[in-house]
Amino acid sequence: MPLNVPIVENILSANDRLAQENHARIDAAHVFSINLMASPGAGKTSIIEQTLSRLADKLRIAVIDGDIATSLDADRAAAAGAGASIQINTGGECHLDAVMLRGALEQLDLTKFDLLIVENVGNLVCPAEFRLGTHKSVLIASVPEGDDKPYKYPGMYRGVDALVINKIDLLPYIPFKMDFFQRGVEALNPGVKTFPLSCRTGEGMDDWVNWLLSNIERG
Amino acid sequence: MHELPITESILNIALRHAQQAAATRITDLHLVIGKLSYVVDDSVQFYWDMIAKGTIAEGAQLHFQRVPAEMLCLDCNHRYAPDDETLACPNCQSVRVKVAAGDEFRLESIDVETNEAPTPISLEK
Repeated sequence: MPLNVPIVENILSANDRLAQENHARIDAAHVFSINLMASPGAGKTSIIEQTLSRLADKLRIAVIDGDIATSLDADRAAAAGAGASIQINTGGECHLDAVMLRGALEQLDLTKFDLLIVENVGNLVCPAEFRLGTHKSVLIASVPEGDDKPYKYPGMYRGVDALVINKIDLLPYIPFKMDFFQRGVEALNPGVKTFPLSCRTGEGMDDWVNWLLSNIERG
Repeated sequence: MHELPITESILNIALRHAQQAAATRITDLHLVIGKLSYVVDDSVQFYWDMIAKGTIAEGAQLHFQRVPAEMLCLDCNHRYAPDDETLACPNCQSVRVKVAAGDEFRLESIDVETNEAPTPISLEK
Protein backbone atom coordinates (compact mmCIF):
# COMPACT_ATOMS: atom_id res chain seq x y z
CA MET A 1 0.00 0.00 0.00
CA PRO A 2 1.48 3.39 -0.95
CA LEU A 3 2.03 5.86 1.85
CA ASN A 4 3.61 9.30 2.16
CA VAL A 5 5.83 9.62 5.22
CA PRO A 6 6.44 13.24 6.27
CA ILE A 7 9.99 13.78 7.51
CA VAL A 8 11.13 17.43 7.38
CA GLU A 9 14.65 16.72 8.57
CA ASN A 10 17.74 18.72 7.76
CA ILE A 11 19.94 16.65 5.48
CA LEU A 12 23.05 17.37 7.53
CA SER A 13 21.33 16.74 10.87
CA ALA A 14 23.64 13.82 11.69
CA ASN A 15 26.66 16.10 11.34
CA ASP A 16 24.91 18.81 13.36
CA ARG A 17 24.22 16.36 16.20
CA LEU A 18 27.87 15.30 16.31
CA ALA A 19 28.91 18.95 16.23
CA GLN A 20 26.79 19.53 19.33
CA GLU A 21 28.55 16.64 21.05
CA ASN A 22 31.94 18.09 20.11
CA HIS A 23 30.81 21.45 21.44
CA ALA A 24 29.71 19.97 24.76
CA ARG A 25 33.03 18.17 25.10
CA ILE A 26 35.14 21.25 24.37
CA ASP A 27 32.97 23.41 26.60
CA ALA A 28 33.16 20.98 29.52
CA ALA A 29 36.97 21.27 29.43
CA HIS A 30 36.70 25.12 29.57
CA VAL A 31 38.53 25.53 26.30
CA PHE A 32 37.70 28.35 23.87
CA SER A 33 37.70 27.04 20.30
CA ILE A 34 37.70 28.54 16.82
CA ASN A 35 37.21 27.08 13.35
CA LEU A 36 39.49 28.92 10.91
CA MET A 37 38.28 28.83 7.33
CA ALA A 38 39.71 30.40 4.17
CA SER A 39 40.69 29.77 0.61
CA PRO A 40 44.10 28.15 0.05
CA GLY A 41 46.88 30.67 0.54
CA ALA A 42 44.85 33.28 2.47
CA GLY A 43 47.11 32.85 5.47
CA LYS A 44 45.44 30.41 7.87
CA THR A 45 48.70 28.81 8.97
CA SER A 46 50.46 32.20 9.09
CA ILE A 47 47.76 33.58 11.39
CA ILE A 48 48.18 30.54 13.62
CA GLU A 49 51.95 31.05 13.73
CA GLN A 50 51.60 34.75 14.51
CA THR A 51 48.94 34.07 17.13
CA LEU A 52 51.13 31.44 18.77
CA SER A 53 54.14 33.74 18.81
CA ARG A 54 52.07 36.31 20.74
CA LEU A 55 50.17 33.99 23.06
CA ALA A 56 52.14 30.78 23.53
CA ASP A 57 53.76 32.10 26.72
CA LYS A 58 50.38 33.15 28.18
CA LEU A 59 48.07 30.37 27.07
CA ARG A 60 48.14 26.65 26.44
CA ILE A 61 47.16 26.30 22.79
CA ALA A 62 46.27 23.20 20.79
CA VAL A 63 46.03 23.22 17.00
CA ILE A 64 44.13 20.75 14.84
CA ASP A 65 45.00 20.98 11.16
CA GLY A 66 42.83 19.73 8.35
CA ASP A 67 44.43 19.12 4.98
CA ILE A 68 43.85 16.80 2.09
CA ALA A 69 47.45 15.59 2.42
CA THR A 70 50.77 16.17 4.26
CA SER A 71 51.46 17.28 7.84
CA LEU A 72 53.26 20.48 6.79
CA ASP A 73 50.80 22.77 8.59
CA ALA A 74 50.75 20.78 11.83
CA ASP A 75 54.55 20.82 11.75
CA ARG A 76 54.54 24.62 11.36
CA ALA A 77 52.12 24.99 14.29
CA ALA A 78 54.28 22.72 16.46
CA ALA A 79 57.40 24.69 15.53
CA ALA A 80 55.63 27.94 16.43
CA GLY A 81 54.91 26.74 19.95
CA ALA A 82 51.60 24.88 19.95
CA GLY A 83 51.29 22.66 23.02
CA ALA A 84 49.74 20.01 20.82
CA SER A 85 49.39 19.83 17.09
CA ILE A 86 47.29 17.20 15.40
CA GLN A 87 47.00 16.67 11.68
CA ILE A 88 43.81 15.39 10.10
CA ASN A 89 44.34 14.16 6.55
CA THR A 90 40.93 14.15 4.95
CA GLY A 91 42.06 11.88 2.13
CA GLY A 92 40.39 13.96 -0.53
CA GLU A 93 37.45 15.48 1.33
CA CYS A 94 37.37 19.20 0.73
CA HIS A 95 36.28 20.17 4.26
CA LEU A 96 36.42 19.00 7.87
CA ASP A 97 33.25 17.59 9.36
CA ALA A 98 32.15 16.87 12.90
CA VAL A 99 33.19 13.20 12.72
CA MET A 100 36.75 14.10 11.73
CA LEU A 101 37.00 16.67 14.52
CA ARG A 102 35.69 14.14 17.02
CA GLY A 103 38.48 11.74 16.03
CA ALA A 104 41.08 14.45 16.57
CA LEU A 105 39.57 15.54 19.90
CA GLU A 106 39.95 11.98 21.15
CA GLN A 107 43.72 12.34 20.75
CA LEU A 108 43.81 15.47 22.91
CA ASP A 109 43.63 15.93 26.66
CA LEU A 110 41.49 19.06 26.39
CA THR A 111 41.81 19.89 30.09
CA LYS A 112 45.45 20.82 29.41
CA PHE A 113 44.51 23.70 27.09
CA ASP A 114 42.91 27.17 27.08
CA LEU A 115 42.55 27.66 23.34
CA LEU A 116 41.86 25.22 20.51
CA ILE A 117 42.43 26.38 16.95
CA VAL A 118 40.99 24.19 14.22
CA GLU A 119 42.41 24.96 10.79
CA ASN A 120 39.93 23.82 8.16
CA VAL A 121 40.80 22.66 4.65
CA GLY A 122 41.51 25.58 2.30
CA ASN A 123 38.20 26.04 0.48
CA LEU A 124 35.64 28.85 0.26
CA VAL A 125 32.57 26.69 -0.38
CA CYS A 126 32.23 23.44 1.53
CA PRO A 127 33.43 24.12 5.08
CA ALA A 128 30.55 26.58 5.62
CA GLU A 129 27.99 23.79 5.42
CA PHE A 130 29.57 21.47 7.98
CA ARG A 131 29.43 22.63 11.57
CA LEU A 132 32.23 21.31 13.73
CA GLY A 133 31.09 22.37 17.19
CA THR A 134 33.66 25.09 17.86
CA HIS A 135 32.63 28.23 19.75
CA LYS A 136 33.34 30.65 16.89
CA SER A 137 33.77 30.39 13.15
CA VAL A 138 36.35 32.70 11.66
CA LEU A 139 36.90 33.43 7.99
CA ILE A 140 40.24 34.73 6.76
CA ALA A 141 39.97 36.76 3.59
CA SER A 142 43.09 38.14 1.98
CA VAL A 143 43.45 41.21 -0.17
CA PRO A 144 45.00 39.51 -3.25
CA GLU A 145 41.95 37.26 -3.59
CA GLY A 146 39.99 40.27 -4.79
CA ASP A 147 37.23 42.46 -3.39
CA ASP A 148 34.40 40.50 -5.02
CA LYS A 149 34.70 37.39 -2.85
CA PRO A 150 31.76 38.13 -0.49
CA TYR A 151 29.52 38.34 -3.55
CA LYS A 152 30.85 35.15 -5.09
CA TYR A 153 31.00 33.04 -1.93
CA PRO A 154 28.03 34.29 0.12
CA GLY A 155 27.59 31.02 2.01
CA MET A 156 30.99 31.35 3.59
CA TYR A 157 30.66 35.04 4.47
CA ARG A 158 27.18 34.64 5.94
CA GLY A 159 27.87 32.10 8.62
CA VAL A 160 30.98 33.37 10.38
CA ASP A 161 31.37 35.17 13.72
CA ALA A 162 34.53 37.06 12.80
CA LEU A 163 36.33 38.04 9.62
CA VAL A 164 40.07 38.58 9.30
CA ILE A 165 41.23 40.59 6.28
CA ASN A 166 44.84 39.52 5.84
CA LYS A 167 47.71 40.95 3.76
CA ILE A 168 46.61 44.58 4.10
CA ASP A 169 50.27 45.52 3.56
CA LEU A 170 49.59 44.71 -0.12
CA LEU A 171 46.74 47.24 -0.45
CA PRO A 172 48.90 49.89 -2.16
CA TYR A 173 49.82 47.42 -4.92
CA ILE A 174 46.46 45.82 -5.63
CA PRO A 175 43.17 47.20 -7.02
CA PHE A 176 41.16 46.12 -3.97
CA LYS A 177 38.22 48.40 -3.14
CA MET A 178 37.77 48.03 0.61
CA ASP A 179 34.40 49.88 0.48
CA PHE A 180 32.97 47.49 -2.09
CA PHE A 181 34.29 44.48 -0.17
CA GLN A 182 32.87 45.67 3.14
CA ARG A 183 29.47 46.54 1.66
CA GLY A 184 29.19 42.93 0.56
CA VAL A 185 30.26 41.68 3.96
CA GLU A 186 27.81 43.99 5.72
CA ALA A 187 24.92 42.82 3.55
CA LEU A 188 25.65 39.17 4.19
CA ASN A 189 26.64 39.37 7.81
CA PRO A 190 25.60 42.68 9.43
CA GLY A 191 27.84 43.78 12.28
CA VAL A 192 30.33 40.90 11.94
CA LYS A 193 33.57 41.58 13.85
CA THR A 194 36.29 42.45 11.31
CA PHE A 195 40.07 42.44 11.77
CA PRO A 196 42.14 43.99 8.96
CA LEU A 197 45.72 42.89 9.56
CA SER A 198 48.98 41.78 8.07
CA CYS A 199 50.72 38.65 9.31
CA ARG A 200 53.88 39.85 7.58
CA THR A 201 54.17 43.29 9.22
CA GLY A 202 52.17 42.53 12.36
CA GLU A 203 49.85 45.50 11.77
CA GLY A 204 46.42 44.84 13.29
CA MET A 205 47.47 41.62 15.02
CA ASP A 206 46.92 43.10 18.49
CA ASP A 207 43.18 43.57 17.92
CA TRP A 208 42.85 39.99 16.76
CA VAL A 209 44.81 38.61 19.71
CA ASN A 210 42.83 40.78 22.15
CA TRP A 211 39.59 39.45 20.71
CA LEU A 212 40.78 35.90 21.37
CA LEU A 213 41.86 36.82 24.89
CA SER A 214 38.55 38.53 25.70
CA ASN A 215 36.67 35.42 24.56
CA ILE A 216 38.87 33.18 26.69
CA GLU A 217 38.35 35.38 29.76
CA ARG A 218 34.61 35.37 29.19
CA GLY A 219 34.60 31.57 29.04
CA MET B 1 30.26 20.84 -3.06
CA HIS B 2 30.74 17.22 -2.03
CA GLU B 3 27.57 15.43 -2.95
CA LEU B 4 28.58 11.96 -1.74
CA PRO B 5 28.32 12.58 2.04
CA ILE B 6 25.12 14.51 1.40
CA THR B 7 23.63 11.66 -0.57
CA GLU B 8 24.63 9.18 2.14
CA SER B 9 22.94 11.36 4.70
CA ILE B 10 19.74 11.51 2.61
CA LEU B 11 19.76 7.72 2.32
CA ASN B 12 20.29 7.24 6.07
CA ILE B 13 17.45 9.56 7.00
CA ALA B 14 15.10 7.98 4.45
CA LEU B 15 15.90 4.42 5.54
CA ARG B 16 15.39 5.27 9.21
CA HIS B 17 11.96 6.77 8.58
CA ALA B 18 10.99 3.98 6.19
CA GLN B 19 11.81 1.42 8.85
CA GLN B 20 9.69 3.27 11.41
CA ALA B 21 6.81 3.21 8.94
CA ALA B 22 7.36 -0.54 8.32
CA ALA B 23 7.88 0.20 4.64
CA THR B 24 8.97 -2.49 2.21
CA ARG B 25 10.08 -0.10 -0.50
CA ILE B 26 10.87 3.61 -0.90
CA THR B 27 9.61 4.85 -4.25
CA ASP B 28 10.10 8.63 -4.11
CA LEU B 29 12.01 11.20 -2.05
CA HIS B 30 10.96 14.84 -1.86
CA LEU B 31 13.84 17.20 -1.18
CA VAL B 32 13.62 20.94 -0.57
CA ILE B 33 16.87 22.66 -1.51
CA GLY B 34 17.34 26.42 -1.41
CA LYS B 35 19.28 28.13 -4.13
CA LEU B 36 21.87 29.24 -1.57
CA SER B 37 22.62 25.62 -0.63
CA TYR B 38 25.17 24.58 -3.17
CA VAL B 39 23.98 21.16 -4.22
CA VAL B 40 24.19 19.80 -7.73
CA ASP B 41 21.04 17.76 -8.37
CA ASP B 42 22.59 15.59 -11.07
CA SER B 43 25.50 14.61 -8.82
CA VAL B 44 23.17 13.62 -6.00
CA GLN B 45 21.14 11.49 -8.42
CA PHE B 46 24.36 9.93 -9.73
CA TYR B 47 25.58 8.93 -6.25
CA TRP B 48 22.08 7.91 -5.26
CA ASP B 49 21.91 5.30 -8.02
CA MET B 50 25.15 3.80 -6.69
CA ILE B 51 24.63 3.84 -2.94
CA ALA B 52 20.91 2.99 -2.82
CA LYS B 53 21.58 -0.25 -4.68
CA GLY B 54 20.69 -3.27 -2.56
CA THR B 55 18.54 -1.25 -0.13
CA ILE B 56 14.77 -0.84 -0.11
CA ALA B 57 15.38 2.56 -1.68
CA GLU B 58 16.95 1.12 -4.84
CA GLY B 59 15.46 2.77 -7.91
CA ALA B 60 13.67 5.46 -5.91
CA GLN B 61 13.09 8.75 -7.69
CA LEU B 62 14.57 11.93 -6.23
CA HIS B 63 12.47 15.08 -6.58
CA PHE B 64 14.17 18.42 -5.98
CA GLN B 65 12.07 21.39 -5.04
CA ARG B 66 14.28 24.42 -5.54
CA VAL B 67 13.56 27.48 -3.41
CA PRO B 68 14.78 30.77 -4.89
CA ALA B 69 16.84 33.12 -2.75
CA GLU B 70 14.95 35.94 -1.09
CA MET B 71 16.28 38.77 1.07
CA LEU B 72 14.49 40.83 3.70
CA CYS B 73 15.49 44.43 4.33
CA LEU B 74 15.72 45.09 8.09
CA ASP B 75 15.20 48.82 7.55
CA CYS B 76 12.15 48.96 5.28
CA ASN B 77 10.89 45.34 5.42
CA HIS B 78 11.05 45.03 1.64
CA ARG B 79 11.40 41.43 0.39
CA TYR B 80 13.28 40.98 -2.84
CA ALA B 81 15.31 38.62 -4.98
CA PRO B 82 18.99 39.50 -4.41
CA ASP B 83 20.97 41.04 -7.19
CA ASP B 84 24.30 39.21 -7.34
CA GLU B 85 26.17 42.47 -7.74
CA THR B 86 25.14 44.30 -4.59
CA LEU B 87 22.77 42.30 -2.34
CA ALA B 88 21.59 45.67 -1.02
CA CYS B 89 17.88 46.54 -0.74
CA PRO B 90 16.68 47.92 -4.10
CA ASN B 91 14.00 49.95 -2.30
CA CYS B 92 16.05 51.91 0.24
CA GLN B 93 19.65 50.82 -0.64
CA SER B 94 20.19 49.61 2.91
CA VAL B 95 22.72 46.84 3.43
CA ARG B 96 21.11 45.82 6.71
CA VAL B 97 19.45 42.81 5.15
CA LYS B 98 19.08 39.14 5.89
CA VAL B 99 18.37 35.99 3.96
CA ALA B 100 14.65 35.23 4.20
CA ALA B 101 14.57 32.15 2.00
CA GLY B 102 16.91 30.07 -0.09
CA ASP B 103 19.03 28.19 2.43
CA GLU B 104 16.64 25.26 2.86
CA PHE B 105 18.34 21.91 2.84
CA ARG B 106 15.99 19.18 3.98
CA LEU B 107 14.25 15.94 3.20
CA GLU B 108 10.59 16.84 3.28
CA SER B 109 8.93 13.45 2.86
CA ILE B 110 9.22 10.04 1.25
CA ASP B 111 6.71 7.88 -0.60
CA VAL B 112 6.85 4.27 0.49
CA GLU B 113 5.05 0.99 -0.01
CA THR B 114 3.98 -1.18 2.89
CA ASN B 115 2.63 -4.71 3.07
CA GLU B 116 -0.15 -3.80 5.40
CA ALA B 117 -3.58 -3.64 3.92
CA PRO B 118 -5.49 -0.46 4.69
CA THR B 119 -7.39 -0.70 7.94
CA PRO B 120 -10.95 -1.50 6.97
CA ILE B 121 -13.46 1.04 8.09
CA SER B 122 -16.55 -0.64 9.32
CA LEU B 123 -19.77 1.27 9.32
CA GLU B 124 -21.64 -1.51 11.08
CA LYS B 125 -22.14 -1.50 14.77
